[in-house]
Amino acid sequence: MDNFLGLLSFGAEGWGDEIASGVWVTVSLALATLPFGLVLGFFVALAKQAQEPSLRLAANIYTTIFRGLPELMTLFLIYFGAQIGLRQLLILLGFETGIEINSFLAGMLALGMVFSSYASEVFLSAFRAIPKGQYEGGYAVGLSYGLTMRKVVMPQLIRLALPGLSNLWLVLLKDTALVSTIALSDILRQTGIAARVTKQAFFFYGTAFLLYLVLAILSGLVISRIERYGQKSELAR
Amino acid sequence: MTEMALNQSTVERPPAPPRSWTASRIWGHAFVALWALIGIGFVWYLATSWNPELVAKYGPRYWSGLKVTVSLVLSSLLAGAVLSVPVALGRLSKNRYVGALAYAYVYTFRGTPLLAQVFLIYYGLGQFSNELKAIGLWGFFRDAWNCGFLAFTLNTAAYQAEILAGAIRSVPRGQWEGAAALGLRPSFTFRRIIFPQALIVALRPYGNEIILMIKGSAIVAIITVYDLMGQARWVFSKTFDFQAYLWAAVFYLIVVEILRNIWAWLEARLTRHLNR
Repeated sequence: MDNFLGLLSFGAEGWGDEIASGVWVTVSLALATLPFGLVLGFFVALAKQAQEPSLRLAANIYTTIFRGLPELMTLFLIYFGAQIGLRQLLILLGFETGIEINSFLAGMLALGMVFSSYASEVFLSAFRAIPKGQYEGGYAVGLSYGLTMRKVVMPQLIRLALPGLSNLWLVLLKDTALVSTIALSDILRQTGIAARVTKQAFFFYGTAFLLYLVLAILSGLVISRIERYGQKSELAR
Repeated sequence: MTEMALNQSTVERPPAPPRSWTASRIWGHAFVALWALIGIGFVWYLATSWNPELVAKYGPRYWSGLKVTVSLVLSSLLAGAVLSVPVALGRLSKNRYVGALAYAYVYTFRGTPLLAQVFLIYYGLGQFSNELKAIGLWGFFRDAWNCGFLAFTLNTAAYQAEILAGAIRSVPRGQWEGAAALGLRPSFTFRRIIFPQALIVALRPYGNEIILMIKGSAIVAIITVYDLMGQARWVFSKTFDFQAYLWAAVFYLIVVEILRNIWAWLEARLTRHLNR
C-alpha cells in the first residue's frame, strides 16, 4: 500500500504531479471545446430548421458526416490531414519547413465538430418543442427577431435542451481520452507513461479509470445543480 | 364538391413571385457550394492518387479490417445483450442492494471512456500474466481481440441494460393491471404484453447503440487489433499516404449510413400499426 502511495506522490519519485497535469489537460480540453461546440451546434440547428432548403441541406451534410465517422477517425483526419494540407500549402508558397499542428487545437476542433453535430440535434428538438405562439407573441409586442430569440425563445430553449446537453457533456468528457493517441498529455497518456515505466499497468490504468469516474460524478453534481436552478425559475413563472 | 375541386385545379394561377436573395439564402448557397467544393476536391484527390499497385496490395486488408470490425461489434453486441438482461432486472428490482449494485455497474461503465476500459483490461490485466496463466485464462487475455471483445461487451451491456430497463419502465402500469384483471400470470404478461411494447420503445435507442458501437470499435486499433481503423493505421505507417485514412473514413460512413437506413426502415415497418 505504501508502495502504491509512493507511486502517486508528487515530486521526483512519484507520478502524482504528472497525473495531475493530465487531469488539468483533460478538463481544460473539455471546457475549451464546450463553448465552441455549443455555439457551432446552435447555428447548425438554426440552419436545420431554416426555411431555405440549401441551408438545411448544408447543415444535414455536416451532421451526417460528423455523426457517422468514428470520433477517433475524425481526430486523425483533422490532426494528420491539417498537417499534410498545411505542409502542401507551404511548399506551394515556397517554404520548406516541417510543421507541427498543435494537438490541443486539433483535439478541440475534432471534438467540437462531433459535439456540435450531436448538439444540433438536441437544440433542434428543443426548438420544435417551443410553440409558434411564443414567437408570434414576441412579434405582437413589437420585439424584433433577434430580441424575440434572445428574450423569449432562448430561456425556454436552454431549459429544454439542458438534459440532452448535459448528456453530451459527459460524452465529450469521455471522448477527450482519444486525444492521448495524438500525443496530448491527458490523463490516459500520463498514466500510460507511468504504467510503462513502473510496470504497474493495472494500478495506473485503474487510477485513470477512477479519475474519469470522479470527473463524471463531479459533472453530475454540477449538472443537477444547474437543473435545479432551471426548475426553480420555471416554477417562479 | 368534386366539380369545384376540378375547377380549382384548372384555375390559372399567377406565377410564384421570384424568390429574393435573402441573407439565409446567400449563406445556404455559400455553404452548399463549400460542401460541393470539398466533395469535388475529395473525389479529385482520391482519383488522382489512385494507384492500382497500392490498391492490389492493400485493398484486401481493408476488406479483412471491415470483417474484423463487423464481427467484433456483432459478437460484443450479442454478448452484451445477454449480459444486459440480468443487469436490467437488477435496475428494476425492488431490492435496494440489488438495485444499487446494478446502478453502480451501469454508472461505472457509462461514466468512463471506453478507451480507458480497454486499456485497463488489455494492459492492466496483462500485468498479471503469471496469475492468469495459473488459472488458465491467459490464453484469452493474451489476444487483443478478446480483450476488446470483453471491454465492449461490458460497456455495451451497461448501455443496453439502461435502454431495456427504461423501455420496460415506460410501459404504463395499467397494462400490468389489465393483464392481472384478465387472470394472466405475471410471466405470461411480461412475455406477451409488456415486452413487445417495451421493445418498440427500445428500438430507436438500440439502433443508436449499434451505431455508437461501430464508431467506438475504432479504438481497438490502438491495442493492435487490425480492424478497419487498424488496417488504415497500418497502411498509413507503410505508405505515409493520407488516402489510407480517407478510404477507411469512406467505408465507415457507408457502413453507418446503411445501418441507419436499415434501422429507420425497420422501425417504420415495426411501428406501422401505431398511429404516431
